Amino acid sequence: MASAVAGVGTAGNARALARDARRERLAKLALALPALALITIVMLVPVAWLFGLSFLGDDGHATLAHYRRIVAEPAYWRAFVTTFQVSALTTLICIALGYPLAYVLAALPARIAAIALVFVMLPFWTSLLVRTYAWLVLLQRNGLVNALGMKLGLWGAPLTLVNNLPGTLVGMVHIMLPFFVLPLYGAMRAIDRECLKAAASLGASPTRAFLRVFLPLSLPGLVAGALIVFVLCLGFYVTPAVLGGGKVNMVSNQIAADIEIFFDWGGASAQGVVLLVLTLAILGVSARLLPRGRGAGGGAP
Amino acid sequence: MIARHRLAAVALAALAGAVASLVPAAASAEEITVVSFGGAYQDAQSKTLFQPAAKALGITVKEETYTSISDLRLKQKAGANTWDVVVSGSGSAARAGAEGMLSKLDYKAIDVSNYAPGLAGEYCMALDVFSTVLAWNTKTYGQNGPQSWADFWDVKKFPGKRSYRKAVAGALEPALMADGVPPDKVYEVLSQPGGIERAIAKIKQLKPSIAVWWTSGAQHAQLMKDGEVDMITGWNGRFDVVAKDGAPVTYTFNQALLDYDCAGIPSDAPHKATATKFLAEIAKPQYQADFTKYITYGPPNKKAYDLGTIDAAYAKRLPSYPANAAKQLPIDLAWYIKNEARAATLYQNMLSE
Repeated sequence: MASAVAGVGTAGNARALARDARRERLAKLALALPALALITIVMLVPVAWLFGLSFLGDDGHATLAHYRRIVAEPAYWRAFVTTFQVSALTTLICIALGYPLAYVLAALPARIAAIALVFVMLPFWTSLLVRTYAWLVLLQRNGLVNALGMKLGLWGAPLTLVNNLPGTLVGMVHIMLPFFVLPLYGAMRAIDRECLKAAASLGASPTRAFLRVFLPLSLPGLVAGALIVFVLCLGFYVTPAVLGGGKVNMVSNQIAADIEIFFDWGGASAQGVVLLVLTLAILGVSARLLPRGRGAGGGAP
Repeated sequence: MIARHRLAAVALAALAGAVASLVPAAASAEEITVVSFGGAYQDAQSKTLFQPAAKALGITVKEETYTSISDLRLKQKAGANTWDVVVSGSGSAARAGAEGMLSKLDYKAIDVSNYAPGLAGEYCMALDVFSTVLAWNTKTYGQNGPQSWADFWDVKKFPGKRSYRKAVAGALEPALMADGVPPDKVYEVLSQPGGIERAIAKIKQLKPSIAVWWTSGAQHAQLMKDGEVDMITGWNGRFDVVAKDGAPVTYTFNQALLDYDCAGIPSDAPHKATATKFLAEIAKPQYQADFTKYITYGPPNKKAYDLGTIDAAYAKRLPSYPANAAKQLPIDLAWYIKNEARAATLYQNMLSE
């Protein structure tokens, strides 16, 4: 189309079009400028400063000591392992709980789905700290869940439900679920349900239609949601600190401890840099390997 | 003549008045910024130490809040320190002093002649004395619970969930005492090769019974209030606060660690002279006696016990009360300056296993 237009227009017309395009690009840049400036000031500059700090020793000379320690001391690399384990587990649980939920929501009539979505969003509107402490109150030894379970005779002695990894996962999944469900719901809404009918008319069983048609079409939404959840989990601090009982030591917890005990901003920066690099690497790899950007209509027969 | 005299007198009075009106202006320009830990703790300090002292000296004391002395390090690195007095734990203050973050205190200007021994540090002057004690759940063990660190480690005699500190400060000494080291030999053993490892091995042994590794005073108090654990280490004043609210918790001073919070002056404080005057004022016993009304932390100035401000029965509950102090092991700051970094790394490695 575009080349056809250029073909019939005169040379002057083409120049004017090019000028307009340039002007539009500049206008877009100008619109983005305040946000870019803000990001530069509040994010890029501090990150660059921390990056520099991570290569400086206490004496002010350049050193790799902070990075060497991350490799040499088990507490540090174990914090990285824990961080990725907890984030992966949270993401998997979110997928297991969130996919059916989004599926049901997307199948509902739009008006009812809107009401149901409010309930998905509700946790969003409560402070993360409040929700985390609420779980502590519910799950602790003399908490509501144990009291109820024992009253109903489901278990005899209080169960250890919190101050451990499972308790931390409960809190993190609760906080992360909306981040997963919303993009997935959007992707599922965009799927043309006629495709499923077409599959059925061609002899596919409901299971087969779901696996071969619906699931692939919803995959971009699933990947987007899972990536958001995974990356946000990597930086979690409060929830593992409150619900982990000191046993779920993620990188951010390790950083906080280092600053408090050693006044060690260089070491803390080094951990931050490693986490940032690993996160970017994961995002880069998944952008290449995972199906993204395939529009819902792209797979239409 | 008389009239002239009178005129001169009036003129002089006017002049004096003008000067006098200038003087308070100059005095109020004398302003220092004090930073402490916030919360109920700083409220008590503000009401009994900082603001009354500011009033007595005719200066303005601005208060700020921070997390720990590592915040000072960051400000100093950026060359932007605005704090004149920092309140800190004794251990971190001693290390900050050794690293050049604090200036040496001028004890010619600050009278600490009535301070209990060891409480007027080179870089940091004690404001209150507290204990890291063994506390227990009275619903689980009654009033006569575990009485020693050996009991804390004895999971057969005292079955139940424990909670222990996640940071290394004050964590190794109880382990060695539980391992049979007499209190007065604890730091000697810890300074020997393998001493830290011995303490850490002892804690590792108890690890299956430790349900929570606590990180703050607010947290260890809440754990006992909620009955989440049966036995815990922690700072005595915090337990008294929740016990007053009906929490089933009590503690013993036996084998506790005697420690203190203190005030120091950053090496690059903008108003050092005023800060020194301020410390000299809050070193006086009457301020410190008032402070004890808010929390059961003892006064470093022994004279505070003689003023009649502290009720006799109440005095017996304070960590620095002589009979209580005698049962305890004072924290050895020199050991922490030298060994805390290595000990903390080994401790974290054990925790992360």
